[in-house]
Parts: sequence; C-alpha cells; structure tokens
Amino acid sequence: TLPKKYGGRFTVTLIPGDGVGKEITDSVRTIFEAENIPIDWETINIKQTDHKEGVYEAVESLKRNKIGLKGLWHTPADQTGHGSLNVALRKQLDIYANVALFKSLKGVKTRIPDIDLIVIRENTEGEFSGLEHESVPGVVESLKVMTRPKTERIARFAFDFAKKYNRKSVTAVHKANIMKLGDGLFRNIITEIGQKEYPDIDVSSIIVDNASMQAVAKPHQFDVLVTPSMYGTILGNIGAALIGGPGLVAGANFGRDYAVFEPGSRHVGLDIKGQNVANPTAMILSSTLMLNHLGLNEYATRISKAVHETIAEGKHTTRDIGGSSSTTDFTNEIINKLSTM
Amino acid sequence: YTGKPNPSTGKYTVSFIEGDGIGPEISKSVKKIFSAANVPIEWESCDVSPIFVNGLTTIPDPAVQSITKNLVALKGPLATPIGKGHRSLNLTLRKTFGLFANVRPAKSIEGFKTTYENVDLVLIRENTEGEYSGIEHIVCPGVVQSIKLITRDASERVIRYAFEYARAIGRPRVIVVHKSTIQRLADGLFVNVAKELSKEYPDLTLETELIDNSVLKVVTNPSAYTDAVSVCPNLYGDILSDLNSGLSAGSLGLTPSANIGHKISIFEAVHGSAPDIAGQDKANPTALLLSSVMMLNHMGLTNHADQIQNAVLSTIASGPENRTGDLAGTATTSSFTEAVIKRL
Ligand SMILES: Nc1ncnc2c1ncn2[C@@H]1O[C@H](COP(=O)(O)OP(=O)(O)OP(=O)(O)O)[C@@H](O)[C@H]1O
Ligand SMILES: Nc1ncnc2c1ncn2[C@@H]1O[C@H](COP(=O)(O)OP(=O)(O)OP(=O)(O)O)[C@@H](O)[C@H]1O
Ligand SMILES: [Mg+2]
Ligand SMILES: [Mg+2]
Repeated sequence: TLPKKYGGRFTVTLIPGDGVGKEITDSVRTIFEAENIPIDWETINIKQTDHKEGVYEAVESLKRNKIGLKGLWHTPADQTGHGSLNVALRKQLDIYANVALFKSLKGVKTRIPDIDLIVIRENTEGEFSGLEHESVPGVVESLKVMTRPKTERIARFAFDFAKKYNRKSVTAVHKANIMKLGDGLFRNIITEIGQKEYPDIDVSSIIVDNASMQAVAKPHQFDVLVTPSMYGTILGNIGAALIGGPGLVAGANFGRDYAVFEPGSRHVGLDIKGQNVANPTAMILSSTLMLNHLGLNEYATRISKAVHETIAEGKHTTRDIGGSSSTTDFTNEIINKLSTM
Repeated sequence: YTGKPNPSTGKYTVSFIEGDGIGPEISKSVKKIFSAANVPIEWESCDVSPIFVNGLTTIPDPAVQSITKNLVALKGPLATPIGKGHRSLNLTLRKTFGLFANVRPAKSIEGFKTTYENVDLVLIRENTEGEYSGIEHIVCPGVVQSIKLITRDASERVIRYAFEYARAIGRPRVIVVHKSTIQRLADGLFVNVAKELSKEYPDLTLETELIDNSVLKVVTNPSAYTDAVSVCPNLYGDILSDLNSGLSAGSLGLTPSANIGHKISIFEAVHGSAPDIAGQDKANPTALLLSSVMMLNHMGLTNHADQIQNAVLSTIASGPENRTGDLAGTATTSSFTEAVIKRL
C-alpha cells in the first residue's frame, strides 16, 4: 500500500541514525528543499539511553507514514548494551526484503569496470533469528530458523523485482551441502518458484563460498542474487568494495505495508562521524528510490542525474572515492547542477 | 610435530593420499620434485576409499594406522562417491584425526598478474563445529532449525593455534572475524575466548572485526592484511578462505591448506578432483606443491620448503610457456614439473 498525500504532500519518517547518519540525511534534506519536493519529514532521533523507547517511536511513526528514510544505528559488539536496533525495527515492521544495488558509477576508479548486480536478502529470520542459549557453561547454541512461508515470500519478491526491472537471472545463494535442511529449503523453494511461476527468468543456485570467490574474480556472471540474511552481508560487502565503497550503495527494505530506504551496505561510519567527509551518495540514491516509490519519478530522475554527473566530473567528490571535497561541498554542487537542469 | 626420521635411512615417513581425478598426476609431480630436491622423505601410499563400519563412513584401517604413525599426510583431492550414502570424506578425515584448525594462506604469485595486487592473506578456520555441527531438524512442516554450536574448548584450541601460528610466521596481528552484534552469545563466546587468550601473547595484538567490515576491507585493499592472521568460526572461515583465493588467484586452483590437529596434520590442495581434465596431463600441481611446502615447514624442514617454493613460484613467473592451462598457459603437468626441477 502506498502512503497517502495530505494537502499534496507526503510525510516521511526520517531516522538519521548514528555515525555519519546525520550528515548524509542532512544532505538529502538540503537537496529536497532546494528542489521543493512535497515531502515533510518526521525526524526520529534515538538517544543512547532510551533506545527501546526510541525504536518504539520509530516504529509508530513508520506505521503512520508507511515510508521512511533511514541511516544506521550502531550496535555495540561487546554484549553489554542492546542488540541491533536496526534488526529490531525491521522485524517489528516485517520489512522482510532488503535490496542493495551495486552499480559502477562513472568517475569512480575501481579494479573491475561495469559492475551491475543486485543483492536481495531476507531480513527477518535465518541467522538473524536472535535465538541463542548457553546450554551449559562454555557451550552455546545459536538457532538459524528457515521457514517455507518466509522463503516463499522472499522468492516471489526477488522474482517480481527482477521482472519489474528487466533483469535476466536470479541466483539463490546457499550452503545446502552442509545445512541440508535449512539452506536446502531455501535453495529448493527459490528454484521451484522460479521455474514454476517465472519462466522468463533464469534461476540458478550457487554455494556461498564459491559465490564469494566468483564475485571478486568474475562478478559479471551475476545479476540478481537472493540470499538468507548472513550471506547477504558478505556478498553485499563484496559488492560495495567492487563499486568503490559503502558510501555509494543505494538500498531499501520492503514489507507488505511499509518501505524503509536505507543505504544498501549498512555501515554506520562512526570513525568519520561529524567530520563532514562522508559520501552521501548512498543516502541520496536511496532517497531517489523512495521518490520513485512515491510516484515522484521526475524528481528522482533529476536528482539521480545530478549525482551521477557530479561524480563523473570528479571535481567535487568526497575522499572515499579519491576526491577532497566535503559532504556539504558535494551536496552544494549537486544543487548547482540541479539549478541549471 | 614430534616425528623422528627413520634411524636407518635418516628419512621421515609421510603418508600420501593421492586422491581421485587429477590426484595421481599432481601427486606424481610432487614426488618427482621431492626426489630431485633430495628431500629426506619416504612416502607411504594410503588408500582412503571409504567403507561403512556400523553404518558410519569410515576410512580403511591401514590408512588410519599409517597416518597415526607418521603424524603427517599429504593429500590430493578426494571425490566422495555419490549415491552410496557416504558422508563427505574430507569431513571423515577431519573427525577421524581431530583436525581442528584449517589454515589457508592465499598469496599472489609474483609475475602472474591478477586483478588484485599484493595479496598475502592467512586465514585460520575452526574446523569442527559452528554451523557445521550437523544438528538440524524440522520443527514442523515448513520450519527448519539449524544449530550453530560454539564451545569454549573448540574456540580456545583454534584461537590458541592462531596465536601460535602468527608468532611462528612473524605476523604481529591476530584478527578475530565475527558477527557478535547479531549472534551475541555464540560469536560473543568466540570473541571473549580470544580476548582471554590474548593475555598470554603480549607480543601480538588482538583485533576483533565484524565480518562485514572484514569483507569490505579485504576486497577494497587486500594488502592491509599482510601482517595479520585472521581466525574465525567455521562457516565464516569457509567463505572467507574461498574469498581470499578469489583475491589472490581468481580461483581455488593455486591455494594450499593445512588441517591441523593436536598430533596429526594433513596438508591438502583445496581444489577438487577436476574429473573433466583427469588423465590428460593438463592439471596444475601448484596447489599440492604449495601444500607440501607448508608440510615441510610444519616438519621443520624449512630449507627444503624454501627451495621448492622458490622453484615453483619462479617457474610460474617465468611466462605462459611454463604455466598450465588453468593459468592461460601452454605447459603440461609434466613440462611444468620439469621446469620446476630445473629451477631447484
Ligand atoms: N557514507 C560513507 N562515506 C564514506 N565512507 C563511509 C561511509 N559509511 C561508512 N564508511 C566507511 O566504511 C567503513 C566501515 O564503516 P564502519 O566500520 O563505521 O561501519 P560499521 O562497522 O557498520 O559500524 P558498526 O561497528 O557500528 O557496525 C569505515 O571505514 C567508514 O568510514
Ligand atoms: N589443479 C588443477 N589444475 C587445473 N585445473 C583445475 C585444477 N583443479 C581444478 N581445476 C579446474 O577447476 C574447475 C573446478 O574443478 P574442481 O574439481 O575443483 O571442482 P568440482 O567440480 O567441485 O570437483 P569435486 O567434486 O571433486 O570437488 C574444473 O574445470 C577443473 O578442471
Ligand atoms: Mg569452501
Ligand atoms: Mg570441489
């Protein structure tokens, strides 16, 4: 279901998140303002201390608005604090499909040219089930849960997506030779649904370790990859590295009712927070996906074009892709471009 | 390794599992090169064709005896017979001999240009539990649970080995790769064990790295890891080690590996049996040769190890006429072998 317009305007939940989140969503806001895009933001900031409340607030806002633009929340790795708030939010809204787009950008120097691959990952079960226990001291079991209904819906999502965007092939990534039941279920359902319901799309499968090796050596063989959550992390970060870094990857999470647009390779960027050096491209391109989703396609096309041109010219790019401009300089240049378009 | 040479010949006895498909050809190459280099090793051939004992896939007793006695084995690729219900032979070997750590270096070969430069990665993978516990069940139709098992004991022995290995090869950083933001207890235990053990290795630095960041960084710039040894739970290790081979060589074709146990260790090429080119004198023996080099280092025969390694690498660097087909060259297994021998 699409969000409703009130007085010709949409309200969108904006969750800057941690790390570079504020800077890169500010960049989007400035561009949207300059373009007079009929969007009002409802901003949710989570303080370190009240994260549970904060996620609740974010979920409620998204339930109202049905659509959001989001940075990443940091998850401490040391077990003392909270678990991943990002995962909590995705599960509570059941935004089960994560899409990340890995497409080479003109002007970004990489080892391998012309990358164009998409990773679609299941967001709500698998290795991210969060079900774990210590049976006896020193023995931990972590459950990976795979279910038929959730695998069927991610399968259909992937094939529908492939169809909509004219992609030729979908490859299921799995480890069914080891996890015969769990990953076997995943591989079999993707293959079955592909063959039965989507005869125009090629469906194949590949073991995750081989996929990872192939992805760095010969990435052009892949088109759309569909994965359980963990393998998506791995292939998604390979993809990010291939096209020039996490600052460039557009992404989104979709459920039946809600859509949350979020950089495709989910890095917080704590190390460069507040330095005005982050590349906002991933967030801007994610926001153009959002505009398309809202039917504001003309704005989306203009912005995306301005971003691509700015990067291709290479005079105002951020340091992650070899430039020396700040986040705000890059953003201003995009706005300049837009004003002449 | 505590093996001693045979007092009458001065030679060490090593078990040799030649393997299937191209196994015999590449094994022959290793043997020729070893004898040309006068390596003090006597090979003891082992047949590990699987048999069932009480319904369990088992390797024949003479092979078990040989490897148990010799403490080291070199192994070509094995193809598990299909359709007889055998479990993986590689897994069987690991279980039989308690091989808890898998060591996989992935290094670019100078003179053989690939997409990524200066790749020199060392990864150690936990080999006995984790996602490979084999514990899975159908909770109800359409709902499957697979259990990843992480124990303190298994984590401790593989991480300890990683520290020891890093020290032995002179790398100052040990990096634990994990996903403890998601698997807080399981990967959390692995990470905690590493932190505890690191106190015993004050000369080495321990770093922990989320698998996301590790993958991003290593693909972006593999040369940032040339002074590190990475260690991780089973599945991540499986994936990352193949990824590393993709970076160093573009395939598994050149990658050696070691399976380490408390007493016994088995060294093997990680590529498969390549039935499509078996018996045609086309196979590249490099991975098995580099595995044998790891074995020699493990046995303390480091001069022989260096000699053979240098000969192999300089042969590959010397040009396409001395490379096999998988490296887009024109050499045969035998001509490559001769070229290596000339460079010893
Ligand atoms: N928008 C961006 N522009 C440029 N570089 C970025 C951007 N986002 C992330 N990075 C870089 O990517 C690398 C990985 O990010 P980082 O380690 O901060 O994320 P993370 O590990 O996901 O954070 P966390 O530990 O909270 O999960 C860092 O070097 C970071 O600077
Ligand atoms: N040592 C080698 N020299 C040349 N080519 C090789 C070598 N090892 C593998 N290959 C090639 O790599 C490809 C993959 O073969 P490999 O046997 O590794 O995989 P596989 O089909 O999974 O076999 P297995 O079932 O035994 O694991 C084949 O085309 C094979 O010819
Ligand atoms: Mg593997
Ligand atoms: Mg194989």
